[in-house]
Amino acid sequence: MSLVSDVFATARAESRAALVGYLPAGFPTVSGSKAYLRSMVEAGCDLIEVGLPYSDPVMDGPTIQAAAEQALSAGFRVRDVFDVVSAVADAGGRAVVMTYWNPVLKYGVDAFARDLAAAGGLGLITPDLVPDEADDWMAASESHGLDRVFLVAPSSTSERIAMTARASSGFLYATAVMGVTGARDVVSSSAPELVARVREHTSIPVGVGLGVRSGAQAAEIAGFADGVIVGSAFVSAVAEGDSAVRALAADLAQGVRSAAAAV
Amino acid sequence: MGQFSPTPHDPDARGHFGPWGGRFVPEALIAAVDELATEYDKARVDPDFVNEFQRLLKDFAGRPSLLTEAPKFAEHAGTRVFLKREDLNHTGSHKINNVLGQALLTKRMGKKRVIAETGAGQHGVATATACALLGLDCVVYMGEVDTERQALNVARMRLLGAEVIPVKSGSRTLKDAINEALRDWVTNVDDTHYLLGTAAGPHPFPLLVRDFHRIIGIEARGQILEKAGRLPDAVVACVGGGSNAIGIFHGFIDDPDVRLVGVEPGGAGVETGSHGATLTAGTPGSLHGAMSYVMQDEDGQITEAHSISAGLDYPGVGPEHSHLKDIGRAEYFPVTDAEAMEAFALLSRTEGIIPAIESSHALAGALKLGPSLGPDGLLVVNLSGRGDKDMDTAVKYFGLADGGQA
Repeated sequence: MSLVSDVFATARAESRAALVGYLPAGFPTVSGSKAYLRSMVEAGCDLIEVGLPYSDPVMDGPTIQAAAEQALSAGFRVRDVFDVVSAVADAGGRAVVMTYWNPVLKYGVDAFARDLAAAGGLGLITPDLVPDEADDWMAASESHGLDRVFLVAPSSTSERIAMTARASSGFLYATAVMGVTGARDVVSSSAPELVARVREHTSIPVGVGLGVRSGAQAAEIAGFADGVIVGSAFVSAVAEGDSAVRALAADLAQGVRSAAAAV
Repeated sequence: MGQFSPTPHDPDARGHFGPWGGRFVPEALIAAVDELATEYDKARVDPDFVNEFQRLLKDFAGRPSLLTEAPKFAEHAGTRVFLKREDLNHTGSHKINNVLGQALLTKRMGKKRVIAETGAGQHGVATATACALLGLDCVVYMGEVDTERQALNVARMRLLGAEVIPVKSGSRTLKDAINEALRDWVTNVDDTHYLLGTAAGPHPFPLLVRDFHRIIGIEARGQILEKAGRLPDAVVACVGGGSNAIGIFHGFIDDPDVRLVGVEPGGAGVETGSHGATLTAGTPGSLHGAMSYVMQDEDGQITEAHSISAGLDYPGVGPEHSHLKDIGRAEYFPVTDAEAMEAFALLSRTEGIIPAIESSHALAGALKLGPSLGPDGLLVVNLSGRGDKDMDTAVKYFGLADGGQA
């Protein structure tokens, strides 16, 4: 069992969902992102998604786009992501990296996997890489012992859900809505249906992301999913400082533990 | 051979031309590109679709476009030159071919809303036109920088009933307009078709955009045989994303003695780094859904392209061009902004045809290529669009408002 699976198994044993928190490496600076990620670990994130800032983030809404632009303007380099991952591991956290595919291609797929594993990273979430195009990544993740988190969407056919689940390890990322990242007021009605469809094909843990920003929403999602993924809300909290980041993580951590009450 | 016949140059079932192409898109879009591929496979062999497309090309777009000899321009090239007059199509460029085809596909799929990106505004105007004709809602994303340098085309699109959304993210040019269109598509894919304007993007776009533009090469081949009695030594076209080039190239791709020459935007000069010559100076990467040559830094961050021509100002290129470059079937070289503007003025003065600045890159390429072919040589240049939209740029570049002379 991989360490990512272990995160979900532990949460499941506690009859709760896992809390997955996202922040871009290098946002607002490399050292700043390390400090905020440490706070997120300490305040209750079970798994950390370290984002890799990219020039053309087509799956991201305005909040994460702006954060990526800020990180790049501040001089973020791809190799810095390994440093940030190390910092999360040193803080006792578990980290996967979420990245668009081109920076990995340019770094070299195998080299990226090697350096990520060496830094204590556990895997990759790949928003614009589908298993159909992932031969190199399948091989590199096998040889370096990393998890492959692919995405499924409400528009995915049953055949593609089954295929994507087979190619994935650690957990499967279900996008709650058709759309880009960004906090939303209500949990999409398509999310429970998608998770139910996924469960027809696989026993791999399912994390639900896109649009989650509050403990109440986290509780609602924890009622039907194995993991609750929060990104843009953490990015927004950074603007208000460390106490806001900790408060958000604590609120969400309580949310994933109150699913029973919510259901 | 018909415009939609399969060719030995088609990509594999997953859209790969050699190692290039494919689908590097979010899973959320896979169902939509699958649906599009399935619909196109049916449409290309459906006589009703093919006839309706050809009727629109003839009765609405004004095809076939002329092949015009340019003897006075040719004196400067040192070889015989014919121009494929895509500038004479309705809306003023080759873009109408692809737009009519995809708009018909949109109707077949039962979708009511079309989104598009545009750089110079030619594709946006063509899309707005086809949507007005066929009763589709139309939203065009355009980089804020481009809305300023192509204000007239923004007004055209709005007059045609389209909503134009200036894109303020990133470099605020074509690549960011594509990013924003992709974000819209992933959100509204149920009722929306993304009418991509060039032969790039995820499969099946490079295939179907190419096929809709194959009419350029099919016509040009017949016309040059009739007028010159032989095939040309080379076919020359500008390459940004590469749709007009791939369209005319395909008419000659199985004629091994015809060189296929793509001319890239060299901007201030490739050596300055301020250019858009992706095939000349780019490296392999994935951008906007396909593997191809891209302009990127050592971290794989996409860099900004620079060209005086908004339509060529793009750091990527269609995957089939990457393939044709690698296998040596086509050759690509850059010309600078200055060389393109010189050709722009030269064609205007010598032949009475004001070309688009995009197409002026192909003309500048012909001026470079001509001397090596000599007076017995024969070139076909794809004049992909007309220059009316570029007058503002020309006024500034040549100082025409102050009594300047190009």
